[in-house]
Amino acid sequence: MTQVLVIAEHANGELNPSTAKCVSCATAISADAVDVLVAGNATADVAAQAAKLSGVRKVITAERSENEHAIAAVLAPQIVSIAASYTHVLGPSTTFGKDLMPRVAALLGVSQVSDIMAVHGAHSFQRPIYAGNAIITVEVDPSTTVVATVRTASYKAVTADANAAIEAADVAGIAVPTHTSYVGIEASASDRPDLQTAAKVVSGGRALGSSENFDIIYELADKVGAAVGASRAAVDAGYVPNDMQVGQTGKIIAPDLYVAIGISGAIQHLTGIKDAGTIVAINKDEDAPIFEVADIGLVGDLFDIVPALTAAIG
Amino acid sequence: MKKILVGVKRVVDYNVRVRVKPDGSGVDIDGAKMSVNPFDEIALEEALRLREQGKAEEIVAVAIGTGDSQQQLRTGLAMGADRAILVETDTAPSPLDGARALRALVDREAADLVILGKQAIDSDNNQTGQMLAALWDRPQATFASKVEIEGDTANVTREVDAGLETLKVELPAVITTDLRLNEPRYVKLPDIMKAKKKPLDTVSFAELVPDASSAITVTAYEPPAERSRGVMVDDVAGLLAALKDKGLA
Ligand SMILES: Cc1cc2nc3c(=O)[nH]c(=O)nc-3n(C[C@H](O)[C@H](O)[C@H](O)COP(=O)(O)OP(=O)(O)OC[C@H]3O[C@@H](n4cnc5c(N)ncnc54)[C@H](O)[C@@H]3O)c2cc1C
Ligand SMILES: Nc1ncnc2c1ncn2[C@@H]1O[C@H](COP(=O)(O)O)[C@@H](O)[C@H]1O
Repeated sequence: MTQVLVIAEHANGELNPSTAKCVSCATAISADAVDVLVAGNATADVAAQAAKLSGVRKVITAERSENEHAIAAVLAPQIVSIAASYTHVLGPSTTFGKDLMPRVAALLGVSQVSDIMAVHGAHSFQRPIYAGNAIITVEVDPSTTVVATVRTASYKAVTADANAAIEAADVAGIAVPTHTSYVGIEASASDRPDLQTAAKVVSGGRALGSSENFDIIYELADKVGAAVGASRAAVDAGYVPNDMQVGQTGKIIAPDLYVAIGISGAIQHLTGIKDAGTIVAINKDEDAPIFEVADIGLVGDLFDIVPALTAAIG
Repeated sequence: MKKILVGVKRVVDYNVRVRVKPDGSGVDIDGAKMSVNPFDEIALEEALRLREQGKAEEIVAVAIGTGDSQQQLRTGLAMGADRAILVETDTAPSPLDGARALRALVDREAADLVILGKQAIDSDNNQTGQMLAALWDRPQATFASKVEIEGDTANVTREVDAGLETLKVELPAVITTDLRLNEPRYVKLPDIMKAKKKPLDTVSFAELVPDASSAITVTAYEPPAERSRGVMVDDVAGLLAALKDKGLA
């Protein structure tokens, strides 16, 4: 029988929103056998949040001090021990899941299905290749475990109104390596909405020219309550930190509104915004490829348009 | 550290707009420009810099694929790799089997470090490095934007969703590259001539991986849902009106 294990992503006692999206994909594989695994050093808070997710049968915790930070080499053998009673193991296509899940897959002796966009059956899935320029349907051998990451932009989060049971797994005896240690994280502190889940996103590109000039993007974003994103060129140039990059190799997002300012619309960037509700483009080049996908386009100099727009919004 | 192994995958150039064939039987890449996977150029560049800093002695570029991959291996040799190995196969192996082939080579070559790209831009799988590290039972430091080798350890800064994370890993290890790790050098004409004399060996894939694992089979190809061109507005007032129309402002 189909049994799906979803690996929860979390940090600082908070369940990451990607988990609720993974559960949504998991329930398309099996309506009534979806469990969530929370691995950490103190899992109670996160487990309680996961237990609320609609469609979850039970939450399993794997608690030990080595699990304080999500180190793939440490988590993978524990997940494998628990995965023995499951037919499917899913994680999010976030950097957490992309790092961890292939390691789990290799230990289980299977290849991974990366970036599930749609479920056709328990062993049949859709996923993008070539930066989303082709969508393929793949079939996994039903005699093997399915290990997959879920393209979170393709799924809406399940609601948080349930109350699943929580049980602890015994992972104390599983050998974990000591060859990898966590040194630290440099996180850009921001009070703005989270780029991956925000309903509105305003992004700037190379055209901004400097980090100081990027202020006009932040001002517009704050006025409309949007998260701020950027093209790779803007990140490479050092105008903004790496965690703001949208695209094939950055974050794949699906906000209701995406405003691309001074961004040309390279395929690698467009891959990241294909599922946005409404795309607005502001660019001085009327032939910029971004206009081919924009729902609303305005040709002109962003340094005139953006401050005027910010001022005009009530 | 003596030896670094670097993955060099032959892929359709990133500037080519790949399309699904009208009959849905695959993607139309006949005659398309082929290049070294961009993340692998970055991997090789990082290895070359480590050698230049005296932190590594030999760099071996590895491609798994048909004889055509020799072109990309020659590019790798022209960039500065010391040797190249083609793991020859007519059929694209599953990601797991690709990792198994690299695992076998790591033993043969006694590699101290393997640097791969974080993803191949054709299949967009993002799994080979992690799988190799698992099969090898060694550390993985994925999505690297900075690598510092000190003796038998590497401090690797990783581009993660929350920012920049640093891990300290013992060697041997597997590192996968992100875009901002470095800017690969350009190949100069004399280097291309010199590269012709460097060793390029071939081993058969079946020799390294005698038993293929179960593959993930592709049963259909479809073009992505197209977004259509919308309306153009003339000014800020027009933009605001259009946004209000959609309930977005
Ligand atoms: C392997 C690989 C992966 C990649 N992954 C990503 C990714 O994840 N995300 C990503 O974004 N890119 C990615 N790229 C890079 C991508 O190919 C483009 O180079 C990048 O998106 C360009 O950024 P940009 O649009 O800001 O810059 P440009 O292409 O330089 O565009 C700047 C735009 O600003 C306009 N402009 C200039 N001045 C003004 C002004 N005053 N007012 C209004 N408009 C103005 C110009 O007309 C132009 O259209 C990747 C590339 C590779 C090879
Ligand atoms: N056929 C191949 N030949 C050489 N290296 C490969 C091959 N396939 C994958 N790799 C390496 O593994 C990385 C990640 O690929 P993937 O997991 O397929 O996205 C690539 O950037 C390469 O470094």
